[in-house]
Amino acid sequence: MADLKYVGTSVKRRDGVDKVTGAAEFIDDRFLGPLLYVKMKKSTVAHGKIKKLDISKAQAHPGVKVVLTGKDYPNKIGLYLVDRDFVAMEKVRFFGEPVAIVAAVSERAAAEAVELIEVEYEELPGVFDPREGMKPGSPLVHENLEEYERVPIFYPVPGTNISNHFKLRKGDVEKGFAEADLIVERDFQLPQMQHVPIETHKAAAHWTPGGKLTVWSTAQSPNVVRQLLAKTFEMPMQNIRIISSYIGGGFGGKAGASLEGLVIPVAMKFPGYVVKIVFNREEDMQGTFTRQGLYSHLKTGVRKDGRITALEYKMIWDGGAYTEYGVNIVRAAGYTSTGAYDIPNVKTDSYCVYTNNSIGGPVRGFGMCEMQWGIERQMEEIAKELKMDPLELRLINGMKDGSTTAAGQVVHNVAFDKCLKTVADKIGWGKTEGKFRGKGISGLVKCPAQPSNASSSAIIRINEDGSAHVMVGATEMGQGMLTAISQIAAEGLNIPIEKIDIKVPDTDFTPYEWQSVGSRITYTCGNSVKMAAADAMGQIYKVAANLLGVPVEDLTFDGKMVYSTKDSNIKATIREVADSCKKCTGEGIAGPIIGRGSFIPSNMTNLDPETGQGNPGMFYCFGATAAEVEVDPETGVITVLQLASSLDVGKAVNPQLCHVQLHGGTIMGLSTALYEEVKFDKGVMLNRNFTDYKISSIDNTPHIDSFLIETPEEKGPYGVRGIGEQPMIGVAPAIANAVCNALDIDVNTFPLTPERVWQAIKAKR
Amino acid sequence: MTKKITINFTVNGDRETREAIVGQTLLKFIREELNLKGTKEGCEIGECGACTVLLDGKPVNSCLVLAVELDGKELTTIEGLSKNGELDKLQQAFIDHAAFQCGYCTPGMIMASKALLQRKPNPTDQDINEALSGNLCRCGAYQEIREAIKASTKK
Repeated sequence: MADLKYVGTSVKRRDGVDKVTGAAEFIDDRFLGPLLYVKMKKSTVAHGKIKKLDISKAQAHPGVKVVLTGKDYPNKIGLYLVDRDFVAMEKVRFFGEPVAIVAAVSERAAAEAVELIEVEYEELPGVFDPREGMKPGSPLVHENLEEYERVPIFYPVPGTNISNHFKLRKGDVEKGFAEADLIVERDFQLPQMQHVPIETHKAAAHWTPGGKLTVWSTAQSPNVVRQLLAKTFEMPMQNIRIISSYIGGGFGGKAGASLEGLVIPVAMKFPGYVVKIVFNREEDMQGTFTRQGLYSHLKTGVRKDGRITALEYKMIWDGGAYTEYGVNIVRAAGYTSTGAYDIPNVKTDSYCVYTNNSIGGPVRGFGMCEMQWGIERQMEEIAKELKMDPLELRLINGMKDGSTTAAGQVVHNVAFDKCLKTVADKIGWGKTEGKFRGKGISGLVKCPAQPSNASSSAIIRINEDGSAHVMVGATEMGQGMLTAISQIAAEGLNIPIEKIDIKVPDTDFTPYEWQSVGSRITYTCGNSVKMAAADAMGQIYKVAANLLGVPVEDLTFDGKMVYSTKDSNIKATIREVADSCKKCTGEGIAGPIIGRGSFIPSNMTNLDPETGQGNPGMFYCFGATAAEVEVDPETGVITVLQLASSLDVGKAVNPQLCHVQLHGGTIMGLSTALYEEVKFDKGVMLNRNFTDYKISSIDNTPHIDSFLIETPEEKGPYGVRGIGEQPMIGVAPAIANAVCNALDIDVNTFPLTPERVWQAIKAKR
Repeated sequence: MTKKITINFTVNGDRETREAIVGQTLLKFIREELNLKGTKEGCEIGECGACTVLLDGKPVNSCLVLAVELDGKELTTIEGLSKNGELDKLQQAFIDHAAFQCGYCTPGMIMASKALLQRKPNPTDQDINEALSGNLCRCGAYQEIREAIKASTKK
């Protein structure tokens, strides 16, 4: 690859000064009055008919402008399966579901009025375990599932709680088992977790009598919010403006539409007011989607030499009360169901099941952490039974150039073996260090889970002085989009980063972006920006060629001057070219230069509905995690001694930010491995704050070693692959494998709380 | 209905006299009355540290302090750290070490770090871990935060 000037350098974050001085505006800093405050009346049962709903006292409370109930909201909403009312109608399906909302002139008045709303429920039998919920005769969470509008790549089973059944059949699984010398079967499970960004979900809406709706939102994907709101409120898109700001952490929890719709009908009743809703921590825990719980069963056939011949994988997901993304997570986990390994014969059934638990949805990894927890624990158990080094087993079966995924997609430019060996070397693989110490390793892979036509676009406006505005629809939630995209633009325009301005999206001004999810932005948005830069440069050369009277192919640009490679005296300043260029006679040549880029992947296909075969991946990012732990056999407490993470990033646009992302993802993975578990009692979420729901803090975070491997991705801008989610995937299995190796125990449920580890030790004695 | 009390205090070096609503938290007072939006709300119940400010030089969760308690005290928020447009060493170190991603916990994190440095000019990792254990960062920039704090003491 040609020498790069800006891509591949650790330029400092473009949002750095804003963020360390308190000047960075998050959405709540932009809700400027006159304000109305919205609070929700939430259901106190997980599944029940609303028998009585009396809002009269709340309505009469001083300061209250209006109280709305389900009937005030016109249509259902849903990204893939249109199944959700903004405010419950007739029945509630989870604990904490809004049954009415109050808008008042102060937060206090709204909160007081909520307490005056009287609701009576007739409790219905609930579904709290998806394994029970998928059985015939189970109570139904949605009675009219077959009537719901859906995207046709999802397959609900009418008359059941199954919102999607994804099937995958590759090769001949029975033949594969017949060829095996050993068959290993195991059950795995993992609980729901929450994203808990430190900034909770927030939104506000403003309406003008002319029919213009403005929405401020913490949403990760403003264009999707606009699309969903346009549909549910039956409005043309140009009348809906979604404004993003710096987002205080997303992790998938702010994908899709969440609370925006709640405030819109209020705004429509009170033009001129900014009607805002801010979730408190408890509401954020219970009212936004959780990571779906998973119950899985793996059956693996393997030969004595370590080659895996067949895999049967059954996954039953706790989809919760509604499915925003859940059906697609189930699909993604299904089509990636061999993890980072090449297995010739596969049979996978992945079910999304409605329950009366909190709404399930995407969390960093989009099903990959959950699904690969089983794969990577299973690898360990296979190695144990074969008496083979687990690293060796992974290297034998790991994907290489030309391997096929579970969906039959051929992968290229794969350095998975290098990822594994790098982290193994780092932690001193093969050396035993002490009695209660153990080492564990995990592979990982992920492709962005997106429709085949998920696209990105970019506009680059060249100013009169040659500086540029880069306009994209991607959001900045900490991942460093503003910085990485600026670097890609700088490279394409050959101007310094300092001459580039880039902002977070505002759908009235920034061009379309499908969604800032799935570790896809640096790749897709990056591609569109690279195209826009090339388009702008093409125009600059064309204008300069006309001005200077030389052929375009003779021209080059050094960031300040366009000049002829044949005669450097033939030249023009960028200002002469970009500032409404005219000839010396005064005749105009060209107006302002505006570069345009529009990207859609061309290497993805639909999947066969019966076999799940096809090309679902735009690119596959491989990596590995390794850990060394020490376990106290008396208490079950785990101390992490070493933690190493590697990823094949393709090309690190900004190495420093890549390392930070690897560390951050690893810490989130560690947090889920050791602490995080949402607890439900018949649908009632019990741990709804940071005291009861612990996440990693600085004092329990060990040093992490990170490694960036660079095997370029052919179609990524400058060889880039996306890496946002991947660092999290291998952490929990690597830690668990290390713990199991330390004490020769078998733990197949996480988190690895001291109690759970101690129980496993006790069971072994 | 809402009772107000007059309070006198210093905020980021300036003397102020304001009316504070009885029962209002210092966090709301800072954001809504003083209009200093750098201080962030994360949990409202003292569990996350995002709203950390300095009160007479000591770090407090401003969601757990009442606005009226500000009377007679000296308040420093994130906006008070840079002087005449020049970043504090600690702020520069946070940028240099990329010690944040989303930046939402950052004002609180920096204020808690500042308080530590005033107490211990050359903190160890252990000191940092103890001082910042109440400041949650979901992006997980902890490793970089430790590096940034230590680096800020060296220049």
